[in-house]
Amino acid sequence: MEILLQHGDLVLFLTLLCLGYGAGSWAEKSHYASINKREKELAHLPVVTGRESYILGEVEQSELVTGSVVVSIDYFKRLLAILRNIFGGNVKSYESLVDRARREAILRMKEQAQAKGADLVINLRLETSAIGQSANQKRQVGSVEAIAYGTAVCLAKR
Amino acid sequence: MIYTNVETIPGKQIVEHFGIVQGSTVRAKHLGRDFMASLKNIVGGELKGYTELLQDSREEAMQRMGEQARQMGANAVVNVRFATSSVAQGAAELFVYGTAVRVE
Repeated sequence: MEILLQHGDLVLFLTLLCLGYGAGSWAEKSHYASINKREKELAHLPVVTGRESYILGEVEQSELVTGSVVVSIDYFKRLLAILRNIFGGNVKSYESLVDRARREAILRMKEQAQAKGADLVINLRLETSAIGQSANQKRQVGSVEAIAYGTAVCLAKR
Repeated sequence: MIYTNVETIPGKQIVEHFGIVQGSTVRAKHLGRDFMASLKNIVGGELKGYTELLQDSREEAMQRMGEQARQMGANAVVNVRFATSSVAQGAAELFVYGTAVRVE
């Protein structure tokens, strides 16, 4: 007990690490499960990066749809990434972060398109930016924002 | 006002071009949100407060762009592009630009 009190900051650090690892991997797992489920549900709505050549049939209406999300990394993975900086190589923990953000953004865009009754989304564009650096200046990427946008096209029903 | 991010509006005919229109907002999040975000930074996951904030400000930027287009006499904006940058600590700039056109 005395040792614990003497090294208060170390205890705090380890607690944060465990909390980050536990809650972070749980959050990631459930997020991936929800992404996979919704991707299957929305698979019937095609999204292409191409332009008008993909439209088959008469167009009734077209409109811009967007989807965006901000996802943050957990404490444990951030430490892993800092350690990775020493040895170099793939930073797996950040790969999954941006992958989740992009897929979630595309899903939100598709949901919006479906709500508008679209049959197709053309000219999909993705953008990623790092924001929220104020949370802690030392760490460069704490959270990423992904935006997906495209033109939803409603075809004329026959 | 119709927005698309392709050069034309599928299903409609462009009759007149008016040139570039743009809209931007710089927003800072409030202290409570920032505090919640820093807590969320420990456990990871979606920062809902930031997502909403950015969405709101993007909508406002689009409204400003639409207003500009309306003043020119346009009824649609084609080739819309989004850009985000963090200009200062705790503030983000959302920037939207496109080409104002009149369609029939």
